[in-house]
Amino acid sequence: MIAHLEDIIIQTVCRILIPFIQVYGLYVIAHGHHSPGGGFQGGVILGASFILLCVAYDINEAKRRLNEKLDTMFCSLGLIIYSGIGFVCLVLGGNYLNYSRLGHILPVDPVNARSLGILGIEIGVGITVMAVMISIFLDLASRGKHEEGLE
Amino acid sequence: MKLLALIAVLMTGALLLYGTIDMPDWGDPHSPASIHVSPRYIEKTMEETAVPNVVTSVLADYRGYDTLGETVVIFTAAMACILLIRRPRK
Repeated sequence: MIAHLEDIIIQTVCRILIPFIQVYGLYVIAHGHHSPGGGFQGGVILGASFILLCVAYDINEAKRRLNEKLDTMFCSLGLIIYSGIGFVCLVLGGNYLNYSRLGHILPVDPVNARSLGILGIEIGVGITVMAVMISIFLDLASRGKHEEGLE
Repeated sequence: MKLLALIAVLMTGALLLYGTIDMPDWGDPHSPASIHVSPRYIEKTMEETAVPNVVTSVLADYRGYDTLGETVVIFTAAMACILLIRRPRK
């Protein structure tokens, strides 16, 4: 177990740093069209920012921000977004995950609809990866009991 | 029995090594992967998906099923961790 210590320098630096890390994670997800990045990388950055919060404070403090029930829901929510976009394409008369069909409900032409569809599934992947990182970390760091980890 | 297993492993390994002889050279520009699908993706990505990053368009659009499977794998990892490690609260 990691020894619990209340270090004001670490806590202050993390408190300042974590919002910027999270904004960077969102940037990596949203800018995956134009630069290296995408759902997997951005989701890992978002999850790492939460893990930094767990390490700097402790698990109980971190769980006040995001409890494990909501986290498990996020695990499934990303997958539901991904497969839901696929099913919407199916309902609109295309193949599964054929995003050009999204042009029927979005005010863009089919080519740009594919770009938007890619953005949608990247967001879904990002949510799932973030939640899975946090879930696995919480389980491993607290030996399955979420009450007394990292103390 | 151990000797039999060793022989089986060696024979399988030799068979796999023999199979690599037919594979194209490392970075060969005339290998089927380089002359068949890659140029098509590189040329058509911009007009078909409006995404300037070819990696993203292949990952999320042309190979969308694959990425869906990868996401399911990650989700399954989380579920397996929860089932194996997490203890229910009393």
